[in-house]
Amino acid sequence: MADPMRIRAQMAGDKATVRVLMNHEMETGLRKDAGGRAIPAWYIQDVTAQLNGRPVLTVQWGPSVSKNPFLQFSVKGAKAGDKIAVTWKDNKGESRTDEATVS
Amino acid sequence: MLNRREMLSHSAQVAALLATTGLLPQVAFANYNTAAFDVKTMADLIKILGGSAPTESRDVTISGPDIAENGAVVPVGVSTALPGVKKLLLLVEKNPSVLSAMFDVSDAVDANFSTRVKMGQSSNVYAVAMMGDGKVLYAQKEVKVTLGGCGG
Repeated sequence: MADPMRIRAQMAGDKATVRVLMNHEMETGLRKDAGGRAIPAWYIQDVTAQLNGRPVLTVQWGPSVSKNPFLQFSVKGAKAGDKIAVTWKDNKGESRTDEATVS
Repeated sequence: MLNRREMLSHSAQVAALLATTGLLPQVAFANYNTAAFDVKTMADLIKILGGSAPTESRDVTISGPDIAENGAVVPVGVSTALPGVKKLLLLVEKNPSVLSAMFDVSDAVDANFSTRVKMGQSSNVYAVAMMGDGKVLYAQKEVKVTLGGCGG
């Protein structure tokens, strides 16, 4: 099981600024190990965000996003106490969802 | 002999077939656009995503460092204030695959995203906005990398 994400969601005016830090290797598949064998690709492909269960954002990533990826976005119409859930899914089919409360 | 483009469109068709027959795991995710993440140039990418020829625009912004000391972690932001934007793309010209991230803009979020990408070498980075009316607008910025981020 992958490590949890760190999510912070803070109100800024009438929008909630959401910052997400995920724990993931983001291996491109282009690197080689010490023995010269290619390290298989392993990276997050899809990220979705939900506000109180309603989908608000879909992102697709390639392998060129950095290790332990960071993502920042703003959700309109959110208010303090709302729940922001973020889900990622990688190319091995593993996924993880974490939730944070807007403050 | 298949050329690259036919190959790509074939694999897309196969993927579509698999998806319709339910062989691929269908979660609440949009289908991953493998073809788009494989292409090497912006022109090919826009062709796959079905937009018109890209034009440079001041209404699209890309933010990032002028010089990145570590190519493994380059903070970049893409944004636009224009209404009616459907997708925002983040491209790194000289990476093995040009597309880094594709953001689907909905009414509920601002067309303003930040993330971090890997860059193999100094290169232009692009923010591309695909508008609802089919227009494709972009902004570019040169980022110099002193230490590449894709080596082993």
